[in-house]
Amino acid sequence: MRVGLFITCLTDTYYPRVGAAVVAVLRHLGCEVRFPTEQTCCGQPAFNNGLLDEARPLVANLAGVFRDDEYVVSPSASCAAMIGEHGPELFSAGSEPRRLIDDLASRMFDFTSFLCNVLKADPAPWIDGLKLDNAAFHYSCHSRPFVSPETAVERIDRLLGGRVTPLERFDQCCGFGGMFAMEYPQISGAMVEDKVQCIEASGAKTIICDEAGCRMNIEGALHRKGMDVRVVHTAEVIAEALGLSLPEGT
Amino acid sequence: MTQSSAFKQRIAEAIADDRLHRAVLSATVERDDLRRAEWARLTDVQGLRELARRIKDHTLDNLDRYLDQLITSFERLGIHVHFASTAEEARAATIDIAREHDCLHIVKSKSMLTEEIHLNEALEQAGLEVIETDLGEYLLQLDDDRPSHITCPAVHKDVAACAQTFTEKLGTPYTEDPPTLVKIARKALRDAFREADMAITGANFAVAESGTIVLIMNEGNGRFCVHHPRVHVAMMGIEKIVPTLNDLSVMLKLLARSATAQRMNIDTHLITGPKRDDDPDGPEHMHVIIVDAGRSAILAGRYREVLRCIRCGACLNACPVYRTVGGHAYGGTYPGPIGKLIAGLLSNYDHGVELPAASSLCGACLDACPVKIDIPRMLLNMRADAIGRSWENRAKSRLLRRAMWAMRSPLRYEWGQRLIRTLMRMKAGRDGWLRRGFGPGRDWTAAQRDMKAPARRSFRDLWKKGEIR
Ligand code: SF4
Repeated sequence: MRVGLFITCLTDTYYPRVGAAVVAVLRHLGCEVRFPTEQTCCGQPAFNNGLLDEARPLVANLAGVFRDDEYVVSPSASCAAMIGEHGPELFSAGSEPRRLIDDLASRMFDFTSFLCNVLKADPAPWIDGLKLDNAAFHYSCHSRPFVSPETAVERIDRLLGGRVTPLERFDQCCGFGGMFAMEYPQISGAMVEDKVQCIEASGAKTIICDEAGCRMNIEGALHRKGMDVRVVHTAEVIAEALGLSLPEGT
Repeated sequence: MTQSSAFKQRIAEAIADDRLHRAVLSATVERDDLRRAEWARLTDVQGLRELARRIKDHTLDNLDRYLDQLITSFERLGIHVHFASTAEEARAATIDIAREHDCLHIVKSKSMLTEEIHLNEALEQAGLEVIETDLGEYLLQLDDDRPSHITCPAVHKDVAACAQTFTEKLGTPYTEDPPTLVKIARKALRDAFREADMAITGANFAVAESGTIVLIMNEGNGRFCVHHPRVHVAMMGIEKIVPTLNDLSVMLKLLARSATAQRMNIDTHLITGPKRDDDPDGPEHMHVIIVDAGRSAILAGRYREVLRCIRCGACLNACPVYRTVGGHAYGGTYPGPIGKLIAGLLSNYDHGVELPAASSLCGACLDACPVKIDIPRMLLNMRADAIGRSWENRAKSRLLRRAMWAMRSPLRYEWGQRLIRTLMRMKAGRDGWLRRGFGPGRDWTAAQRDMKAPARRSFRDLWKKGEIR
């Protein structure tokens, strides 16, 4: 299977280790992975703030960049959904860019959905290697277009051998929301505070969270409080179990 | 003060109020959990939601026809029909009805529409006595307070606050025992009912084919309102119509479950006309005031689906922002996700233009909405409407435009990435974290969280160097 990797700005800049893990796991499962460096942003920051004209060329760029890949996989469901859910409506029906973006939308997945829905991966090879004590799961809101909260829990259960429990209010937003976190820091801050309280109450030492934005938010609040809790992407956990991950802090 | 800084101030006040936060969080989480459990008990909740959506959409698409039918049905039953295109007309019509029938003492059952048009103040100014009879609303009226939730108006008050109000305003001995508090209210309200000559209610639904007004509640107050007083005035928005009693049954099934996780409310009144000759009780005169107040403008535009709302409050309970700030912070009649939409839409953006940005677009509201209003999508559209309308928005849009311009070229993207990395890593501590951000990052770190500095090398750097295997 030929897969194009859509890295997304935040993962590219802040969490290269997640990108490396995605590549390693996909290759381990027999995918041929390509990373076209002409990719930039999906335009979500503009789109989410009503600036459709600014989002349009960015979506169109990605449609061109990934034109020939069988599948396009992103560590982030949020950016994948920007293309899949919102991308098409930015272009008038019947136009050439619309055709391209419709086509891309049908091939676009976040890593975990790709693993479960397309590859239908058997977790047996990594189950024994999982280093997961006291792990809890946070559901990222923007994965909604791909997976409901309930199914996400079942999925994580299957992929990670039932070693992860959902946090209390696991599907309540952590308060990230892109520009929202900076525009309404008080609300956003109070929301992540609630998330951290749920983490504290769970006693978990590892939080599984697939979105880079949510992760920055939750990690930021944990760091300010001096709490020693690790936040990781599903791909990192699997890559670690397979002995394929880059060193921590890369 | 700009609307948006006034909003921020209300948010700050709400967040500083720990008692409020605790009361709202626990009540909303509990209600949301109960609703989900009750929904799960239905054989096909998704099918039912879809059916409800279609009923509402069909009605809205043919609203002129169903309004005609409804009015004909009302008139056939001897119900007097009034049409108010503005809030002011609705208030005036109510006062006129009271005068026409020589009414002085009014009892009210809970109605968001009457809150929206500020009816009580107008009635009082016209020399009429008006008493709210829903327990929560009664309490708020005693306190000169406003509802902060659509279906649970006093959710922002804990028991101690209620107890205090009763002692202060009614002079009864202090107690925090809910049954005793209810008894106190019941006694006061019974007197009000005995004296009342006019009742004002809202209407949860109005059935076009039969002219039936449907009132849903959980306290006995509704029954007293519609049985004893001589005159009954029901006030309804134009969007409250359902075509048939069959359609109504679908709505009822969803409303009770979504609002309060009940299969049916304790009281579901189907009122079809005033007292008939052989009826033992009921009002001699019945009036319905059909209110537009900005709704037909919504109907005509791209936000039509917000008129599907059946005011169940489920989106409020599910919303993490509502859970955090409560209802008063929104500054209007309708709080929560649906409030963020209709505040601006009903007022043609006279107010509420800043509300749609105060959302993480998490989508919990859409999951909770029984009639599947795509609230996140509507919020996005309204954000587009808000562009350039305030200096805060102009600053944000300018910043985003610049960033998106940079993103249009891979080269600029990479240089931008390098610049940000260098700057942030310079300001970061040895552990790679910033305690105080700069630029827009200042707001990030102001909210009790640190900011991560970019990784030493980006993914693309690693890829280009062949270090990704
Ligand atoms: S928008 Fe939907 S969930 Fe919210 S109050 Fe209206 S009907 Fe209920």
